Amino acid sequence: MAPLLAMSGIKKHFGGVPALRSASLEVAPGEVHALIGQNGAGKSTLIKILTGLYRRDEGDIQFAGQPSFLSSPGEAQSAGIATIYQELNLVPLRSVSENVVMGQEPRSFGFMINWPEAHKRTRDILSRFGIEIDVTAPLGSYSTAIQQLVAIARAVSMDAKLVIMDEPTSSLDSSEVEILFGVVRELKSSGVSVLYVSHFLDELFQICDRVTIMRDGQTVGCREIADTSKLDLIAAMLGRDADEIAAEGLTELAGGKKAYDEIVLDVDKVATGPRLTDFSMTLHRGEIVGLGGLLGSGRTEAARSIFGLDHTTTGSMHLNGKAFKPSEPSEAIRARIGFLTEDRKAEGIVPHMSVRENLTLALLPSLRKNGQIDLEREKKLVSEFIQKLGIKTSHMDQPIRELSGGNQQKVLLARWLATRPDILILDEPTRGVDVGAKREIQAIIRNFVDEGHAVILISSEFEELVEGANRIVVMHEGKAVSELTNPGITENALVKALAHHEDAAT
Amino acid sequence: MTSLTSEGPMRTDITTRLKHHGGLVALAIILLFNIVVTPNFLQAQTLAVNISQVATIAIVAMGMTLVIATGGIDLSVGAVMALSGALAPLIFLSDFGTAYPALGLIAALLFPLVAALVCGLFNGVIVAVLRVQPIIATLILFISGRGIAQVLTNGNLQTFSNPEFSYLGTGKILGFPFQGWLAIAIACLLFWLVNRTVFGRYLLAIGGNERAAKLAGGPVRSVKIGAYVICSVLSGLAGLIVVAINSASDAARNGNLMELDAIAAAVVGGALLQGGKAPIFGAILGAVIIQLVKYTLLANGVEDEVALIAKAAIILAAVYIQQARKE
Amino acid sequence: MLDQNAFDLRKYISRNPQSVAVWIALFVLIGFGLLRYDNFGSAYNITSFLNYNAMFIAISVGMCFVILTGGIDLSVGSVAAFTSVVAAYLSPYGIEVAMPLAILSGVGFGLFNAICIVYGRIPPFITTLATMLGAKGGSLVISGAQTIAVDWGSNFTQLGMEKAFGVVPWTIVIVGILIVGLWIVLEMTSLGRTILAVGGGEDASVMMGLKVNRAKIFVYALSGGCAGLAGVFLASGFGAGQPLEGVGWELSAIASVVVGGTLLTGGMGSIPATVAGALLLGLVFNILNFENGKGWISFSAYWQMVIRGAFLFAVILFQTRVMNRRSTVEFAK
Repeated sequence: MAPLLAMSGIKKHFGGVPALRSASLEVAPGEVHALIGQNGAGKSTLIKILTGLYRRDEGDIQFAGQPSFLSSPGEAQSAGIATIYQELNLVPLRSVSENVVMGQEPRSFGFMINWPEAHKRTRDILSRFGIEIDVTAPLGSYSTAIQQLVAIARAVSMDAKLVIMDEPTSSLDSSEVEILFGVVRELKSSGVSVLYVSHFLDELFQICDRVTIMRDGQTVGCREIADTSKLDLIAAMLGRDADEIAAEGLTELAGGKKAYDEIVLDVDKVATGPRLTDFSMTLHRGEIVGLGGLLGSGRTEAARSIFGLDHTTTGSMHLNGKAFKPSEPSEAIRARIGFLTEDRKAEGIVPHMSVRENLTLALLPSLRKNGQIDLEREKKLVSEFIQKLGIKTSHMDQPIRELSGGNQQKVLLARWLATRPDILILDEPTRGVDVGAKREIQAIIRNFVDEGHAVILISSEFEELVEGANRIVVMHEGKAVSELTNPGITENALVKALAHHEDAAT
Repeated sequence: MTSLTSEGPMRTDITTRLKHHGGLVALAIILLFNIVVTPNFLQAQTLAVNISQVATIAIVAMGMTLVIATGGIDLSVGAVMALSGALAPLIFLSDFGTAYPALGLIAALLFPLVAALVCGLFNGVIVAVLRVQPIIATLILFISGRGIAQVLTNGNLQTFSNPEFSYLGTGKILGFPFQGWLAIAIACLLFWLVNRTVFGRYLLAIGGNERAAKLAGGPVRSVKIGAYVICSVLSGLAGLIVVAINSASDAARNGNLMELDAIAAAVVGGALLQGGKAPIFGAILGAVIIQLVKYTLLANGVEDEVALIAKAAIILAAVYIQQARKE
Repeated sequence: MLDQNAFDLRKYISRNPQSVAVWIALFVLIGFGLLRYDNFGSAYNITSFLNYNAMFIAISVGMCFVILTGGIDLSVGSVAAFTSVVAAYLSPYGIEVAMPLAILSGVGFGLFNAICIVYGRIPPFITTLATMLGAKGGSLVISGAQTIAVDWGSNFTQLGMEKAFGVVPWTIVIVGILIVGLWIVLEMTSLGRTILAVGGGEDASVMMGLKVNRAKIFVYALSGGCAGLAGVFLASGFGAGQPLEGVGWELSAIASVVVGGTLLTGGMGSIPATVAGALLLGLVFNILNFENGKGWISFSAYWQMVIRGAFLFAVILFQTRVMNRRSTVEFAK
């Protein structure tokens, strides 16, 4: 059978940096096709090219037998390609029906929207998925899972031939995942193809037919899911030999793991809201504690509560034995805590400002001398850190936006190291940086801990947690549910721990 | 996307030059035009008139620059001018003011500025604490502030003769108008504030990326409120100067449309509407350009009303160029 | 299963607490006026009240559309002043000519705003602030800074006096048609829903393949047109084109929109509630006038400005409190 979608030789550069070197992808009609790869492998760039958000530099795309040159999401939609993004692209303030039918609403007299018909159409599609809800209510009043299914319902109502799902299960609980799988199978049986992007490899074996693997902007393989194994896929994604992975480590985080006794932070049954309901952990001097869990499990919220960004409603925290209840980040900073955010662009860098100004932003109050900033000291400090962390910048007054992602991340890390913290909270410290910088950053973290400080590490890359953390606190639905201790943690054990609580939830 | 292409260095060189000197180029063109076309342009009298006019615009524009640097806007500056300008004569013309002229004078200078400070607090709290968009928040005083001024004066023109007070607008030091010195002094102070103090660094960081500034421990609320307070107090001062120049206070006209002049001056001077930049001396340059355009049109017999349209065009052009440059 | 198409009053109230509140406030104020003042319910007071407020209602519904997309139009007052002058000049040709052309000149300003905002990417408030200035300059230029008397011989001044079918003044009929028409556009057409979607999330709307630019151009043109209509009412009601009028009208309009529960950030709002908001604000002034008449208090005209600002402030306080509460509720689900 001719493929529904055939992409080949796709190349894309962003300002000289190649994001895709040579990517290809083939999806057959009525097939559920998985697309996997590490962060930064080029999956999302490939999808954005397919849906017309980016323009390719080179390469060929055939869709439904036609060469395709889409230049906007609207065109992709009318060509029959619908995308369900991780960050939902729906309008929460508007009703469920509107979100499903907008753009192709049923009309009477040629211009009036036929609301009864629109509601009926929406209800019909949703009930095919086994969902009965009030479709006139604002979309935002429903759970993320429902919103996601509404997005799929929209794709179905648009008569999509190909539905792209980007990490669709990342914020769903296991019963919701089952509903989603049901919907995927329903799509498949009605001849719609699904391109399924996910980090959770186990899922692929449940619903996918074939899998395409990407690494470093290239397509490195396409396999029948029945002929492959999980270890196989991981090895292909990492570009390693499967046996090698078992033998040696993957990160620079691994290091001395001895027993510690001095508790620096003790969090007891803290809640800040619906997303963090019961979080406890202890942190010892010289220790890395990982927070494990899926997206939306409350990992980031836990970090935010310690840093004073979300106010605790119940529970208590003790820092070095003293009660601690920060209400502002500045309080946490004064108590010698640093927080490296996961969203470098939105919450990390100040793009207009120089490397110097970005680096000392958290340090400003202590740089004050005679009512003004002590520029001498600032410059000395900054050049020290640039040297120590190997930050590649032409000059400390270069705007930070001109640096590569890895170097920006190092500046942000330096921002916190400069405050001489006792505790660093690192939320996805190596996300979106290249392999070299990743290892350097990991080495910096290891060094920081070995100096007798403590780190709380959040990472979606399991090998970082498995190798780096002394202990991993496993989180699920806003609760700390169990704890794993090194040595003895393996990726499998972590996956099992996560999966166990997934099952337990139902 | 950050552009790191090979043609980068050459292009950035020319564009940064234009970026930095676009305002100066415009100024040179206007000056040349005037020297050639406008009669009596190169006379001391003309210079003095222009400086005394430009000082008020510049003072307000510098405050506006701080607010814009946080990513905000203050539409109420003109109304605050009217309010503070209305209060001063009320005070020194009152029974108390006439009985104790010295005390009355001090009160007439201080009290309006305190009133302006309160206006700034009001704006700042609505923006920073209630998180209302700055346009809407400052729209309240934009209308009510002038209303209050008119209620206080019953809509009457207050004329007076008070040489000490009028020194603010008519005095000269070394032949240079007093308010010109004042504007320069304020500029130096604000330049130091923006570039050398912790407050200034946070101000720019908040405009550049508010969430990042907050996460780095920045006192976002108080810095924002501070910017609105400084802007209002400077507007209040400008209102006093205008009243002093005219020896009369007209609540209906004092500071009318000043918000536009100030925004235009700030933007022409290089302030980014998205925030993150506070070119204080740029604001002065912008104010000079705005004033000279006004003067040029006036001196060459163009009606006031047409000058309004010209000003609207300058604002749109300046912002358009700024946006285009960003993309 | 319940019939979800049937109107459910309780659901409506829980989803639109502020719309309901503004209607209740309106009726309470009317009741207060009826009890306290003898002539409050007289046909004369009602007609003159509606006649006068017709122009505010017109610019408020136009503003409502702009705010629904997340924008703002500060130029409405100046544009209304400009079109009042245009209408006065054209009055000798009769209402049939003067009204459409004056409205068209308002649409022209609106289109100019739209082009700057959509294609020039200039922020709405800067664009419309400049247009406010430009329109003011324009009306002073074409009028020579004088009020321009309308031609009393033509049928132009009859707009507010002559009654359709001998019952309701034409002004009110026209505004009524405008309200109903725009209500239908917002609730029943894909253009209206696109406008709401744009305000609820512009990026998401682009991703959904909606015609975002068309929606934005429409709302600014509409707002200009509504200001144009208000200018016609102004000229006909006061017998002259008023180049200096319109100061603070944008504030009244924004306050009316916001008091009706429309979110300042866009995406949610209602036309009838906006009209109620405009009536509420008008009624506050009407009642103050009656109080003045009773001699208990005396308010100069300058108080109008102060009260407008205070009104907007009160509304904002209310809305931020309501919204804070609502957002936590939604989060909890």
